[in-house]
Amino acid sequence: MDDPNPPFNQTSEKNSVVEMHGIVKHFPGVLANDQVDFTLYKGEIHALLGENGAGKSTLMNILAGLYRPDSGTIMVRGKKVNFHSPRDAIQVGIGMIHQHFMLVPSQTVTENILLGLNDPRFLMKLPEYDQVVKDLGERFGLKVDPRAKVWQLSVGEQQRVEILKMLYRGVDILVMDEPTAVLAPQEIELLFRTLRKMVSEGKSIIFISHKLPEVMEIADRVSVLSKGKVTAAGIPAKDVTIQKLARLMVGREVLFRLDKKRQEPGPIVLAVEDLNADNDKGLPALQGVSLNVRAGEIVGLAGVAGNGQRELAQVITGLRKCNKGKIFLNGEEITNQSAGYSIQRGLGHIPEDRTQVGTSPNLSVTDNVIMKKYCQPPIARGWLIDMNQAVNFANQLKDTYEIIVPSVQTPARLLSGGNLQRVILAREISGNPKLLVAVQPTRGLDVGAIEGIQRLLLKQREAGSAILLISEELEELVSLSDRILVIYEGKIMGEVQDGDLETIGLMMTGTPLEKIQKGVG
Amino acid sequence: MSVTPTTRSSSPFSYRVVFEKRLKEPAGFISFIITLFAIFIALVISGIVIELAGGDALKSFAHILKASFGSLGVFSDTLVKATPLILVGLACSVAFRARLWNIGAEGQFYLGAFGASAVVLTPLLPADTSPWIFITVMMAAGILMGAVWGFIPGFLKAKYNVNEIITTLMMNYIAVAWNNFFIYAIWSESGFQMSRVFPKTAWLPRLADYSKTVPAFRGLTTHLGLLFGILASILVWFILYRSRWGYEIRLIGDNPKAAQYAGLNITRNTILVMMFSGALAGLAGMSEITGVVHRLQGAISPGYGFTGIIVAWLAKLNPFAVILVSVLFGALILAGREIQPSGIPKMIQGIILVCLIASDFFLRYQIRIVRRV
Ligand SMILES: Nc1ncnc2c1ncn2[C@@H]1O[C@H](COP(=O)(O)OP(=O)(O)OP(=O)(O)O)[C@@H](O)[C@H]1O
Ligand SMILES: [Mg+2]
Repeated sequence: MDDPNPPFNQTSEKNSVVEMHGIVKHFPGVLANDQVDFTLYKGEIHALLGENGAGKSTLMNILAGLYRPDSGTIMVRGKKVNFHSPRDAIQVGIGMIHQHFMLVPSQTVTENILLGLNDPRFLMKLPEYDQVVKDLGERFGLKVDPRAKVWQLSVGEQQRVEILKMLYRGVDILVMDEPTAVLAPQEIELLFRTLRKMVSEGKSIIFISHKLPEVMEIADRVSVLSKGKVTAAGIPAKDVTIQKLARLMVGREVLFRLDKKRQEPGPIVLAVEDLNADNDKGLPALQGVSLNVRAGEIVGLAGVAGNGQRELAQVITGLRKCNKGKIFLNGEEITNQSAGYSIQRGLGHIPEDRTQVGTSPNLSVTDNVIMKKYCQPPIARGWLIDMNQAVNFANQLKDTYEIIVPSVQTPARLLSGGNLQRVILAREISGNPKLLVAVQPTRGLDVGAIEGIQRLLLKQREAGSAILLISEELEELVSLSDRILVIYEGKIMGEVQDGDLETIGLMMTGTPLEKIQKGVG
Repeated sequence: MSVTPTTRSSSPFSYRVVFEKRLKEPAGFISFIITLFAIFIALVISGIVIELAGGDALKSFAHILKASFGSLGVFSDTLVKATPLILVGLACSVAFRARLWNIGAEGQFYLGAFGASAVVLTPLLPADTSPWIFITVMMAAGILMGAVWGFIPGFLKAKYNVNEIITTLMMNYIAVAWNNFFIYAIWSESGFQMSRVFPKTAWLPRLADYSKTVPAFRGLTTHLGLLFGILASILVWFILYRSRWGYEIRLIGDNPKAAQYAGLNITRNTILVMMFSGALAGLAGMSEITGVVHRLQGAISPGYGFTGIIVAWLAKLNPFAVILVSVLFGALILAGREIQPSGIPKMIQGIILVCLIASDFFLRYQIRIVRRV
């Protein structure tokens, strides 16, 4: 066991820093990892791919000391390790950044970075540490104000704080679980620059993602998991194509094309007139936004994150009050009504934040899918809930939406990220909403599931739903939407119908449509 | 520059003890064993203290056991002590489920007792009313007054976001003063700080009342309130897991943001849950005053309302576990009185409590000794 010179040393001609062998991990009712081997070389970016529930997060949680494997060995720089906690993993230089960040919102960036360390002991010589954090950030291209409070930061900045936290702790093997799912394209570019810098300093990175184009861009090697087993181990990224990767992941051909039927939109379902609203900091987020969505139409809302799309979705769905303006749903005014009021009138909402808002972690999958149906028969029976009906309904959704979970009584917090997203999609789409506000609906889904969900959204459109699609994925917006509105600093810059990416891009950075057209004509 | 990233403080000790979150949630039977073990440890510690004080630990424990479970008679007394705890424990469980920190069960208990007494003492009903009507009306009055006492902080919380911990706590004092006003001034019997004894028709029936037909019941003080407690446990379970309202309570308690997103009316639920919680505590007061005390007086509760908070947590907010935990606490309270009016028994209670809470910590965390790097 304690052999100082394990035999693996000689084989790793390319200097492997992590070798996982025969990792097995059971959860009640699931075999999440089945004899997984995984090797990470020094100074590489290694992408880990696989369907939702394939066991990617589980494998990485094992590497980061969050779970213990049932069997299998982990060697770090040729030495066998046995982690009891994330602390042990960090001690040998392995750190993981999860999808949901673990920061204290009311504290500053520096305070968050120092949190849990023994140094400083009593006196917080903060200015001194602020400088250290700043220098470290500059070295890796992680721009963030050390003195800012975390709640004031955008998601991208918070992620930078998480990376800084790891760098400060001396981590040189960084695991990132779907880091780009929550980022805007510009922020993804920044992140990639940081990752390249880290690699050039000899650090190694494991990177989980469902977005194949970016995997092709950033990764040196790719491994694929499928149903807990390895189906591709460390193939060089330059030897594969996106199509091939997709096939390795889902085991079938994935069409990256959708056929959208032409159809005349019906009457106006959602009308927003001259809306003004503030964001969490009390600053104006929406300034005179007007738009409408008709039945049988998908309207896309494009924009760089933080330009008011979040607040717009919240105001329409009754989760935020507006200062000025009116909102109508099917001709009936719903301005500043509660969420419940609009839900009863046919509103569906796929929220941006699936763990904080969209689901309830300790309640079962059944309880989570009946969230908007528990007041209606057959699930409601007078004042009671018919549990048999509820469970049947949940099982039905589980089958149609291919939610992978041992049983519908499983608490939602045990689901994999993509499966949790499916729970939300299943609940909202199965309600056949008249108006569906969908914020990043395919976030965190694997390529196969994205295709399926996009089909379902188109089917809702054909059935006459009005859909407001808010997304940072321009491709998705263009392929699904009938027309696209662009929002910039809380104002609508204009409307594009033919999906001209260049025009959209200009508008997203603040050029109004009229100016662009004048320039052309 | 004195600080660099990755500095780790050096220290004369090369080992240190760390607490770490357990990677796995322990299985159900393990947590049961740990709980039993915690009680065992608590008894060992108490035993040592008793020995140090010059007592005989084993004898004391034997005495406690005998005093609370030794015979049908004393077990019946244990149940009498457990009865208000069950109801108050349920009251706290319901509120805590919805993340409403009602620590005012004590005051709601007093108001429930007041409500029930008012029926007799005002008098709302003449003394010769049939017992069943009396009991029903007194229950209603106790429940109503408890609910009112829960409504006030609930309303303030829902409408003005006033912290319910503060309001419920303060209202405990008001409740005691309110009762005192009545027993000192209005219903005082010939100058004593207590009301007259209720007529027999306003007493909750006890087992002993049926000793003519079932001789084994002779002398048993267990009263109808126990049945209230058991029925209330079933009711609370049923509401939580089978009703639409209970679903709302569970959703709000688990993730208030999701509840808001799902369109639940949180304002209304805050008020309703506080009223329900108050009603259960009020029923506890009614049951105690009509089942045990039989008159309105001061000091009708040795802190039942606060013990209810502990009962609720130790029962992990499970309505059926509340019954078991209440019986344990009932036994401790009863045995305490047997040995010594105060002192050792209170200490044992305290030690058991600390050990149980500590065991809960160890269920979630583990201790490890690690080498410093
Ligand atoms: N703590 C847990 N308890 C029980 N089951 C779990 C637990 N964590 C994960 N699982 C299950 O193990 C399987 C693998 O989950 P994992 O989170 O590793 O998937 P993933 O590959 O990261 O998927 P996604 O792309 O959706 O994030 C899933 O079926 C999941 O429900
Ligand atoms: Mg995952």
